[in-house]
Amino acid sequence: MPTEAAELVFDEATKVYPGREGAAVDHLSLTVPAGEICVLVGPSGGGKTTALKLVNRLIPLTSGYIRIDGKQIGDYDVTELRRSIGYVIQQVGLFPHMTVEGNIGTVPRLLGWDRKQIRERVAELLELVGLDPQQDRRRFPAELSGGQRQRVGLARALAANPALMLMDEPFGAIDPIVRARLQDEFLRLQQELRKTVVFVTHDVDEAIKLGDRIAILRQGGRLAQYDTPQQILEQPVDDFVADFVGRDRALKALSLRKLGELELASATGDGLPRLPADTSLRDALALLIAERRDAVLVVSADGTPKGVATREDLLA
Amino acid sequence: MSGWRVAGGGGPVIPNFGQPSACLKHNGWFCTDWLTKHWGDTLQPALIQHIQLTLIAVGIGFGIAFLLALVGFRWRVFDAPLGGFADLLYAIPSLALFQLLVPLTGLTVTTVEIALVSYTLFILYRNIIAGLRAVPDDVLESARGMGLTRLQTFLRVELPLAAPAILAGLRIATVATISIATVAAFLIQDGLGAPIFDAIETPDLFKTELLVTGGLAILLALVADALLAAAQRTLTPWNRLR
Repeated sequence: MPTEAAELVFDEATKVYPGREGAAVDHLSLTVPAGEICVLVGPSGGGKTTALKLVNRLIPLTSGYIRIDGKQIGDYDVTELRRSIGYVIQQVGLFPHMTVEGNIGTVPRLLGWDRKQIRERVAELLELVGLDPQQDRRRFPAELSGGQRQRVGLARALAANPALMLMDEPFGAIDPIVRARLQDEFLRLQQELRKTVVFVTHDVDEAIKLGDRIAILRQGGRLAQYDTPQQILEQPVDDFVADFVGRDRALKALSLRKLGELELASATGDGLPRLPADTSLRDALALLIAERRDAVLVVSADGTPKGVATREDLLA
Repeated sequence: MSGWRVAGGGGPVIPNFGQPSACLKHNGWFCTDWLTKHWGDTLQPALIQHIQLTLIAVGIGFGIAFLLALVGFRWRVFDAPLGGFADLLYAIPSLALFQLLVPLTGLTVTTVEIALVSYTLFILYRNIIAGLRAVPDDVLESARGMGLTRLQTFLRVELPLAAPAILAGLRIATVATISIATVAAFLIQDGLGAPIFDAIETPDLFKTELLVTGGLAILLALVADALLAAAQRTLTPWNRLR
């Protein structure tokens, strides 16, 4: 398997559990382009986690195909397949008897890397996920906070530089403030790493924030819509999707766009509230409402005025 | 009293002292002259034999319990019968077990060890199984998801995580065996039980020998417990944090 990002294809992938009525995943077909984040979202019973675990064969397919860079998963040796895919779960599943370093080095050790190589990789990854390579490497999982544990879980999944990452509600058990920070850092990391990621969540806001594409699954593991967040918010295919994304979907759509993306009138903005160009339209609108104003002055990071955005511009 | 003993005691317990101390003449509780004189020919050999009896029993018991636990852990249907069998052995009074075994294996160390081993099985089997079962599901799932084989998962994850429970079982089994092994003197003249019985059989009860030998048995149990506790802390440093 390549170490660069891989394209992942679900082709009529189906899972039926023996003795249970109906499918858990029902003829799921979708393509995750290399280097993109695909978020699987939907109500419980929608088969999100099952679909995810089909990919690394923790759950065997009943019928259909899943291909990674054109090769069917069934054609890989199952151990090799799993070692080449990063896997992150909600409860993290760190090994309590191993230090942070031991945990992160698990797959590299299995792959037979030499000690020095592993040490360097661990230091690099700790830096990458925002932990202290000196202090934290010798800690045991019990000495870490929930957020730190999930960072270690992410570093461990990235250790052997997999082409594909499977993430099953990785931030689901973390308090909202830390979760938002981890989401931001994950996006920053992804800018750099450009992995192909399949990310399961039940939180629509998280899906909108993280996904390049979102797959909404409905009861019985059927795909309701697979589209960019923008498309899903602006053109839900049916009532189920519209209901699922929520009545505030217009506002959510605003949160996807930033002031800097607008055509700005270069009027002078004396006395207007000043907002940086990377503020979302949603936050800008909230400020206009709160301060009872009609326009803001958009400024660049160093504070230079870029132009004025009116309430109409935001809502256009 | 000696009528129901299976094995007879040795020679006279209060040896022929040229000039027995006043303490010995009055059968005192702690006569140092007897202690220094007989450390070499009575107490030290008995202590060493006792340690040997214990090590062999716990060693063999651990080996058997571990194999049984592997079977009970891997194939759950066997767990209840194996555990029940170990319970049953544990429930047999030691004297009765000796009597049952003597016709088969005679008045030998083998008989004693068979009995001692069968008592360790219950403690060790239950602890090993409990330790292996206590490994959290999320840890097992991540191990599988990362591509550890079944054997690698067992050796690198399940076994180390079960280590605290296994070592706790070894501690209990060792201390229990040190205590039960004194009863071996019903059959053989080995271990700290022998001088204890000799003391009891002496007319008027030889108090110094009883106290000193009994004390040695207790001391041995405490030292063994402390050593195993230290091993537990050293081998599983992560366990204190949880």
